[in-house]
Amino acid sequence: MELLKKTNIDFIGMRKISFLASGLMAIIGLIGIIAIARGTANMGIDFSGGTEMQIKFAQPATTQSIRDALAKSGIKEAELQEITGGNQVLVKMHKSTGKSADQVAEALKAGIPGNTFTVESSTEIGPSIGEKLKQDTLVAVALSMLGIILYIAWRFDFKFGVGAVVATMHDVLAMIAVFYVMHREVNILFITAVLTIAGYSLTDTVVVFDRIRENMHKSIKDPMIVIFNKSINETLSRTIITSVTTFLAAVSLFLFGGEVIHDFAFALVVGVVVATYSSIFVASPIVALWEQHAVETKVEAV
Amino acid sequence: MKGYTWRISLIFIFIIASCVYLTPTLVDTLPKWWSGLLPKDKIHLGLDLQGGTHLVMEVETQKAVEGSLDLIATDLEDSLTAQNLRFKKIGRLGGDKVQLTLYDRGSADKVQALVKKKYPDLEALPVFDEGGFVNMQLRINEKEAQVRKDRAVAQALETIRNRIDQFGVSEPVIQREGMNNIVVQLPGIKDPKRAIELIGKTARLEFKLVDETVNAATATVGSIPEDDELLSEKRTDPQTGAVSETPLVVKKKAIITGELLTDAQIRIDSQYNQPYVAIEFNSTGARLFDQVTAANVGKRFAIVLDNNIYSAPVIRERISGGSAQISGSFTEKEAADLAIVLRAGSLPAPVKILQNVTVGPSLGRDSIHKGLMAGLIGVLLVVSFMAMYYKLSGMVANLGMVLNILFLMGALSALGATLTLPGIAAIVLLVGMSVDSNVLIFERIREELRLGKTPHAALDAGYDKAFLTIMDSHVTALITAAVLFQFGTGPVKGFAVSLSLGIIINLFTSLVATKVLFDAFLDRVHVKRLSV
Repeated sequence: MELLKKTNIDFIGMRKISFLASGLMAIIGLIGIIAIARGTANMGIDFSGGTEMQIKFAQPATTQSIRDALAKSGIKEAELQEITGGNQVLVKMHKSTGKSADQVAEALKAGIPGNTFTVESSTEIGPSIGEKLKQDTLVAVALSMLGIILYIAWRFDFKFGVGAVVATMHDVLAMIAVFYVMHREVNILFITAVLTIAGYSLTDTVVVFDRIRENMHKSIKDPMIVIFNKSINETLSRTIITSVTTFLAAVSLFLFGGEVIHDFAFALVVGVVVATYSSIFVASPIVALWEQHAVETKVEAV
Repeated sequence: MKGYTWRISLIFIFIIASCVYLTPTLVDTLPKWWSGLLPKDKIHLGLDLQGGTHLVMEVETQKAVEGSLDLIATDLEDSLTAQNLRFKKIGRLGGDKVQLTLYDRGSADKVQALVKKKYPDLEALPVFDEGGFVNMQLRINEKEAQVRKDRAVAQALETIRNRIDQFGVSEPVIQREGMNNIVVQLPGIKDPKRAIELIGKTARLEFKLVDETVNAATATVGSIPEDDELLSEKRTDPQTGAVSETPLVVKKKAIITGELLTDAQIRIDSQYNQPYVAIEFNSTGARLFDQVTAANVGKRFAIVLDNNIYSAPVIRERISGGSAQISGSFTEKEAADLAIVLRAGSLPAPVKILQNVTVGPSLGRDSIHKGLMAGLIGVLLVVSFMAMYYKLSGMVANLGMVLNILFLMGALSALGATLTLPGIAAIVLLVGMSVDSNVLIFERIREELRLGKTPHAALDAGYDKAFLTIMDSHVTALITAAVLFQFGTGPVKGFAVSLSLGIIINLFTSLVATKVLFDAFLDRVHVKRLSV
């Protein structure tokens, strides 16, 4: 079976549209980063500090009744989120409220009599841990980006390294943009997903770059844009197939993996799509234009 | 002879090794002959999968330094008194100094000589006059303070380990993290709240005389004598649960402390059926207790734990023999825990809980179940897709993927790595990614076939040309996985471990394992068309 016969699509020619779309995504992503830095995004308590509890009730309990019960005991700033299946609810409080998991349990016991519950999980994190995590995360992201640039620059050349990093940054920003717009929680698992996708996206990009390099040696006379387009088309089938298999795995995590990794799996699904897009529409066009420009200036100089 | 026998043997060795390492995980009870060098450990499950409590605690090390300065001050008071050197006041000043206020320069010189001999590590600041008195300050330098802080954390770690051992938790993890933090993991713990209270209690036990000359009911912090302090006795009514507080004024200086204990046991009072804790002093403690009780018959002494008075009995007679009892309004569990903390010793400094993650056992089971479910469905989807798209070759890739997972699980088990829920997610993700290398190779083979090469030539060319690409892509993925491993904790680390191991193993399965299958097949069977 073959999904794609020999294709001949002018990917580089579509750069106006793709650059516009990617630029827009990147800007939203940057806004998201600013929101994260200022703490106005939907931050997980591992970054902000605070308390999070997953509570399972014996009988159905409405979020309103839980909210009332908590308010009665002076816990007003709790965020409630229903978990699908099994009368479960997630209670999240940021550090400013200063209420502990025990206090929440007491409040619910007093406020909703007759409906027993079990605390499935509870997490309390002090603010200093969150600060340290933020710093560690920044260092981790910076280090992995640096490692990638160095490796690609060594294996290919500097232009490819930059192209790969721009594409990877694009994926990171796009994932942040999606999470920001959908108001999903930014926590350590999200960062993990982002870094994983960064690695995955690079795999995709490297495969295309590899082919470009091969074709550049083969046909020196062809203009850059032709070589790039040809390479992308030649690897298109592989790019799509791998994305499909990884996408299938990620989707099955998203649908069946359970509440704890729901957002994490969602980030992976988004990431796989974005990473595939970027290796075709972002990484190569940047290098192509740069190479083209270099060739043209060289010709002019002669 | 194409030299593929060794490759096939290698694959079989790996398969057998993986199965051996996975047996303890998959089999409920190991057969009798399973002994000796054969592995017995199941795959370690993270706390998010088996339930339990993960604590990060900070030892307030500055308090430990202050505590040791307090001790030095007390000790100097005693030494000076013993040598008939008169002083007005000796006490800790701020976080790093001890100040001695003396009456004249003459005694200051003698004191200085004494201090130098007794505490050579302390730095003596120049003596200065103030308000008709002579002030002398001793400072603990940075390095010495650091040594004490370091020792305090090490000691706290040991004490916490002791307490947890006596509390009875299977396979706890107690580790130091960074300068001041201690990480405690208690898998499968039933009553996390009780455990946390037990671990986090400073458990500083002190016996202090009650100052009966002051009326405690009207006393305030400002109105009591300088060497007294205002504490309160908390009593919980066992029927109503109501807490009542009685203030008491006691001497600041403790006559006996918990360090002089050798044993503490829970006992039940036969008359009132009330639990109490029986304590035994060591010889120094017994002598002190004997002296103090003899000198203070008729007075009350307060038994103080972490600045809360447990009880304040009247000394009816001289108590020799070195045993005493702590009674108070506690339940049997509380008394048992008190006995544990007294036996294990006090923490050198208070600890603060920075992070407390508790996962219930049912959520953990649920997570394993759902993770496996997602994995199974993911595998099925990928397998059927590959079989459909690449036919027989797709099945070879699928076999490679199954080997990949088997080896990965085996490696996780052999290395004693911890499997977390994100770790399971990494494995599921690897199902999708692991066929990637084969997809790359197959697409290459298809291209070579289109150029008119024979199946075997196309196969070799496909593997050869894809090799560098596969290496490059794996190395870049490995870079990010390694960074995640370095910086991640708990679940994230589990993810990074699974991911990086999977990437390395994938290199082997895709480049060696699937290739050898093709080679062996094409050598024996003459094929006209490759099913790819």
